Amino acid sequence: MSSVASLHNVIKRYVRGKQTIEVLHQLDLEVPSGQFLALMGPSGSGKTTLLNLIGGLDRPTAGEVIVAGERIDQLSSGQLAKWRARHVGFVFQFYNLMPMLSAERNIELPLLLTSLSSAQRKRNVAAALELVGLTTHAKHKPSELSGGQQQRVAIARALIADPTLLVCDEPTGDLDRASASDILGLIQTLNRQQGKAVIMVTHDQKAADYASRILHVDKGQLVEAADRSAATAA
Amino acid sequence: MSVLRQISAVVGMNLRNLPQRRGASLVIVIGIAGVVAVLLSVLAMAVGFSRTIAGAGSPDRALILSGGALQEAMSSVPSDAVPNITAAPGIARDSAGRPIVDAEVVAQVQVTHGDTGKPTNVALRGVGSEEFALRPEVHLVAGRLFRPGLHELIVGQSLKTRYGLDIGSHLSFQNGDWVVVGVFTSNGPDLLDSEILTDSQTLLSAYQRNWFQSVTVRLAGPGSFDQLKRALAADPTLHVDVYVESAFRAAQSRILNLILKWIGYFIGGMMAAGALFGALNSLYAAVSSRSLEIATLRAIGFGSGSVIVSVLAEALLLSIGGALIGALCAWIFFDGHVSSMMVSGLEPPIAFAMSVTPGLIVLGIVWACVIGLIGGLFPAIRAARLPVARALNAVV
Ligand SMILES: Nc1ncnc2c1ncn2[C@@H]1O[C@H](COP(=O)(O)OP(=O)(O)OP(=O)(O)O)[C@@H](O)[C@H]1O
Ligand SMILES: [Mg+2]
Repeated sequence: MSSVASLHNVIKRYVRGKQTIEVLHQLDLEVPSGQFLALMGPSGSGKTTLLNLIGGLDRPTAGEVIVAGERIDQLSSGQLAKWRARHVGFVFQFYNLMPMLSAERNIELPLLLTSLSSAQRKRNVAAALELVGLTTHAKHKPSELSGGQQQRVAIARALIADPTLLVCDEPTGDLDRASASDILGLIQTLNRQQGKAVIMVTHDQKAADYASRILHVDKGQLVEAADRSAATAA
Repeated sequence: MSVLRQISAVVGMNLRNLPQRRGASLVIVIGIAGVVAVLLSVLAMAVGFSRTIAGAGSPDRALILSGGALQEAMSSVPSDAVPNITAAPGIARDSAGRPIVDAEVVAQVQVTHGDTGKPTNVALRGVGSEEFALRPEVHLVAGRLFRPGLHELIVGQSLKTRYGLDIGSHLSFQNGDWVVVGVFTSNGPDLLDSEILTDSQTLLSAYQRNWFQSVTVRLAGPGSFDQLKRALAADPTLHVDVYVESAFRAAQSRILNLILKWIGYFIGGMMAAGALFGALNSLYAAVSSRSLEIATLRAIGFGSGSVIVSVLAEALLLSIGGALIGALCAWIFFDGHVSSMMVSGLEPPIAFAMSVTPGLIVLGIVWACVIGLIGGLFPAIRAARLPVARALNAVV
């Protein structure tokens, strides 16, 4: 089976003033297509750093990053932006919706980068709204929505341009238990029904349990947790 | 196509956010409004001033001064030279067949300002019987004409409004008491409107002079000026210079005009530097307050170009808004406002109407755009170079 992401010998160092910290040491990772992967680990262990490399938001200091069939560790920032538009949907802890735009306008944003006509965009937005169960809230501004609803809008926005990969950094970190399981259920459904690969960073074991595979970031390397396939199949 | 859509989406989003940054935005608008208002006011003086001076001159008249005199005040044309000038070719004739020539005397008299009581020098011009044929734009608006031989005066409209000189006012000079019998205008606040007129022979005898300051003639037609000039140069008894009146006035106003422009550009430039720093500051603040929004858009795949354009568009919009407010202020407060200025060589202060022309307003908008673009450029570059991953992570 082909990989949606493969990282080889990836090193990431940050330079802060005179001091250099190496967050990822020669890290290797293979994520098969259609996998729902949870990344766990203590705060500061490098989860976000790793996710940013996979999502093409940042470049490694050394090593090879191949995502969605393309080697992205050498791309310029302009090339990366175009690549992200085609292949990655992002879901953030604090939703990152545009406060002045309605839900449907927020969801439409990634489509502005495509050649779709306005009628086609409208149709796709309506379908995405329905998928996340917010058809009745299309005209609402983010401030008029609950946290869970805002995260649904964010998920619809991440999906609208049909990315290869969904990248989520603590998508339920800011939500209560009920909304969180709601959102995680939605992500899981998308993964199972649409076959979207998902890579999700979380602190929360309960959240990680929705994934088909869990990896721990530990001392700059990845450690496989016990196989989840039995648990999730149940 | 999608690039334009991208840009317009980001620009639109940014502009919709503007009301939330009202304070910082106002800094830009007010700063630029100030620059444009000051620039336009000073330049409106320059425009009004040159219009007035140039308006006092006509291409149909020639001004004759004594040789080498650069200004009327420095010129003296002897009385016995006047007949020779009158006989020269190229001069238009009145209905009675007389050449339209007027030899004029200029003196200075003191008048007291109605409100402040401050004495001011005003030009007193002695004119001959051909004056009204020579300058058809001059006409009485009240009273009657002075009579030769009597100490009678007519005053320009702007002296009436500024110094309260009116029919019945008395002025005393050269041991005589002179009375105002009429008010004239020459269509708008121009040079002559700031003067007092009387009969030239009466004035010559009061001052016991036998020379005039200048001789002005009406030219017969195109080509007459060269004809006249050649004839006067060929006369060995005459030592005079001839100018087309409008060209002479224009040359006279050129230097002052230039000075006014430099003052305008200098003060405007200093204020522009201030406004520029204000704009830089506000726009840097705007970019950092938008950094999460920008980083999110970049993560979604929006290009840095659209981010740059959005910052520049904000800068331009605010600048142009400021320019329009500044231009409106200059126009409301100063357009048509009658100001006066002392000019060396044109001794009494000249009244002129400041004029905020469409050309000046365009100039103001151009200045504003330049300030806005420079002020927006560096913040725009910062926005475009925003490290996306770090900005996204800097949340809370
Ligand atoms: N842009 C940066 N410049 C310098 N150091 C950074 C930068 N980003 C992250 N770091 C450092 O790298 C380490 C890993 O950060 P990272 O954000 O990847 O951790 P994390 O596992 O996501 O933590 P958390 O669970 O708190 O989100 C931390 O020590 C952090 O301080
Ligand atoms: Mg993190």
